[in-house]
Amino acid sequence: MSLRTKVEDFLYHEAELLDEWRLDEWLALFTEDARYVVPTTDLPEGDPSRNLVFVDDDIVALRGRVNRLKSRHAHREYPWSRTVRLITNVRVKEEGDEVLVRANFAVYRSRDPSGRWSHTHEYVGEYFYRLVRDGEGFRIRYKKATLQMEGLKEHGAVSIVV
Amino acid sequence: MPILKEHLVLDDPERGVFRVHRSAFTSQEIFDLEREYIFGQCWLYLGHESEIPSPGDYVRRWIGGRPLFMVRDEDGQVRVFYNTCTHRGALVCRRDKGNAKVFQCFYHAWTFDTKGRLVGVPKEERFGPGFAKEELGLRSPRVGTYRGFVFVNFSTNPPPLEAYLAGAKEVLDLVADQAEEGMIVLEGSHRYAIRANWKLMVENSVDSYHLVPTHQTYFEFLDYLAQVRGTTQGKTGKKLERPERVVALGNGHVVLEAPAVGGRPVADYHPLLGGEEIRCEIEEVKARTLARLGEERGRRVTEMGRNFIYFPNLIIVDTRATNLRIVEPIAPGETMILQFQLVPKEEFGTLRFERRMHSYLSFFGPGGLATPDDVEAVESCQAGFAAGEVEYNDLSLGYAKEDSGVTELPMRVFWRQWYALIQGKPAPTSWEDPVAAR
Repeated sequence: MSLRTKVEDFLYHEAELLDEWRLDEWLALFTEDARYVVPTTDLPEGDPSRNLVFVDDDIVALRGRVNRLKSRHAHREYPWSRTVRLITNVRVKEEGDEVLVRANFAVYRSRDPSGRWSHTHEYVGEYFYRLVRDGEGFRIRYKKATLQMEGLKEHGAVSIVV
Repeated sequence: MPILKEHLVLDDPERGVFRVHRSAFTSQEIFDLEREYIFGQCWLYLGHESEIPSPGDYVRRWIGGRPLFMVRDEDGQVRVFYNTCTHRGALVCRRDKGNAKVFQCFYHAWTFDTKGRLVGVPKEERFGPGFAKEELGLRSPRVGTYRGFVFVNFSTNPPPLEAYLAGAKEVLDLVADQAEEGMIVLEGSHRYAIRANWKLMVENSVDSYHLVPTHQTYFEFLDYLAQVRGTTQGKTGKKLERPERVVALGNGHVVLEAPAVGGRPVADYHPLLGGEEIRCEIEEVKARTLARLGEERGRRVTEMGRNFIYFPNLIIVDTRATNLRIVEPIAPGETMILQFQLVPKEEFGTLRFERRMHSYLSFFGPGGLATPDDVEAVESCQAGFAAGEVEYNDLSLGYAKEDSGVTELPMRVFWRQWYALIQGKPAPTSWEDPVAAR
């Protein structure tokens, strides 16, 4: 099996865990020194150490995020939204003990909090991962979801994990 | 024209009742009155000077329903122009930010310099004798700045900015004085729309009453953080007891001051911020700040958090980090929020800065652990208004109570100004809860 196929399988597995809201299993994919970053829409190259971003979670913050999303008091996500993730254009490169991955994504989110109409909107952009090998599979040391969008309009928030 | 205008806001000191008619959030007619009498008359926040540090730097923004851009001209002066070509109307600034020597309209290539002068017109010789380039420069609203905050006014004869700011000057001073070398806006902004009236977001920003019920998961996060940091001091449980002080600042501006939950990078140490190393940093900054500003002011700057409404379109939440929020009405049920982070320039590279960044992101913004629930709440209110049968929102909590307990007074201050202005009346002379005549 090619490295790319292995990485694709891993990304599909991650997407499945997120779409099925199996968040504890998803969290277990990350290393202790992991980082999850979402830059702002106006500064896709934003560096969280100097620039305002949407999300810059270390493993502690990520656990906090997951605890929150599992709570029925996370009002923006209770009940959970329905999501479907499409991941394509996967490119891989080995560098030292890491596998660098780029991919394109579309995450469709649907929710109907008022009961009047359902809102479906999409988060579109690019993933950048740094994966480390873990037996036959991988773990995530770094995940950046760069939104290639001009702003958040009907979304109102980035309340799911993208 | 009057749509319930006499009854939009009920303010009854006898019964300690304050109510706002829900059409204030849903009516197109009221929205149009706001455009004219509030956004057309008041000084509106546009941006911060630090966003355009060098000559030619510009940012583009819609404020009060109008396209504008702010540019630092070749001599270093901050200028604001209506973003429309004086020829046929096209936008001349077509990016959110950048640096330019000139702004050229792409339609017929009319070119304006950073002072707004029309400096290039193709085939100029074919215009008649009445064509005067010097009359066709970009137009500007009235512009005023205070401590780096830039405001615009669209009316012909506005009061001076400082008179309009009134007591709000002091709050801007307290925010600005956190820094030794000046406060700057970080690159990167949070731009998001909400399907709710703009005033719901304003109310939400000074609403202590909602903190515990709405943001339970945020307080649980702080508790979790306390556990990770090996302290019990951060424990908030499900209670939030703190003295609050509300000050009406004039012209509808209002501030709620209270100790920040979980400390402040400038400069109030709390174990939630981390261990010994950051404690030393913060205590050093605090000592310097107290020496610089004096004991009383220094303590207000360092120890107190503040939620501030600048009437009508700016919110500053200066607690565990400093959040600037421009509120831009799009339609009665739709609002754009443009949100920034303000930081002390000298803090880059310190541990405090790192903590500040994470404090900001953990609460504020579309990806934070709290703001998404605020968005959910205000959108939920807007949807609920369609029920119709319930005519009024109640904002009576803490009416005329002089203690430091939780109160909806900040919202009442905002609404008293709002109500006078949309009726075309002069601003009130007092914004506090009136005492019942007995």
